[in-house]
Amino acid sequence: MHELSLVASVFDVLEEKAREHGATRVVRVVLKVGVMAGVVPDLLESAFDIYKKGTLADGARLEIVVVPVRTRCPDCGGEAVREDADFSCAACGSRRIEIVEGRELVVEQIELET
Amino acid sequence: MSTKTIAVVRDLLATNKQAAAAIRQELRSRGILCVNLLSSPGSGKTTLLESLAGRFEGRYRMAVIEGDIETERDAERIRAKGIPAWQITTGGACHLEAKMVGKVLGEVPAAIDLLFIENVGNLVCPASYDLGEEVRCVLLSSPEGDDKPAKYPQAFLSADCLILTKSDLLPYLPFDPAKAAAEALAIKPGLRVFTVSALRDEGMDALAAYFVEALARLRSACA
Repeated sequence: MHELSLVASVFDVLEEKAREHGATRVVRVVLKVGVMAGVVPDLLESAFDIYKKGTLADGARLEIVVVPVRTRCPDCGGEAVREDADFSCAACGSRRIEIVEGRELVVEQIELET
Repeated sequence: MSTKTIAVVRDLLATNKQAAAAIRQELRSRGILCVNLLSSPGSGKTTLLESLAGRFEGRYRMAVIEGDIETERDAERIRAKGIPAWQITTGGACHLEAKMVGKVLGEVPAAIDLLFIENVGNLVCPASYDLGEEVRCVLLSSPEGDDKPAKYPQAFLSADCLILTKSDLLPYLPFDPAKAAAEALAIKPGLRVFTVSALRDEGMDALAAYFVEALARLRSACA
């Protein structure tokens, strides 16, 4: 439930990039949010809508790309998209599994008006 | 007026990760083992620390950073054991962040062996925030139920050590420590598991030894 503080970090990035590119407005923000990032996309959207009022992103559209958990097995090299909390390798049963994707929380892209 | 799309690719937790890396580096150079304790409220973090304080007395110097939404109560309990303690009150925030710990770090005396951080009671949000610790422990108490690891996988995935607490209540509860451990190990193989009752002083020797070993490893690696 720390979505509002994460949105504050999003706005730090927006302000920095707008300044860098001499932009007057932010019209679109794309966030990549892993399923296991520990945040709820709906709450991020609500927090974004509250936070953006009166800022350079007032009226901006937030797009959230949800990234599923993808694992890689260091023993057999098998990759898989996981929907459960069982992190054993589906191919060889190994328990030594690496999470390749699905924990990220990234500002991927922004659209600026200049 | 025109619009342009720019690729950014900026990790939102990057600032926290940098602050955590600085803390880790400082504590390593001072030879202090930092342990981050995560759990639901009421699972026994403070009682565990009180028990460890008694166990380490005269052998290892301990300090504690307490994280809570409100009140100094936990820090006062720790100070009553003769242990230096700092209370961070987050005023509503659901987790500690590295920069909050960083602000307190300057006050932690140099002559300390073990620094415990008791995170805000919450099995969700603290998992995402590295505080610069060497060891992350998740506590799960018997009244909470043995089905929690699969329900809160992120906390267990990020941990090095699982401490099953309040084992003195096991005769009265349908909690199966073997099931809880197996479920957590399915998420995080290699997780060290301890079953303790801090109140009855059971299983605490093995847990204390685990921290002492981790301290020795840290000091030999950083020597």
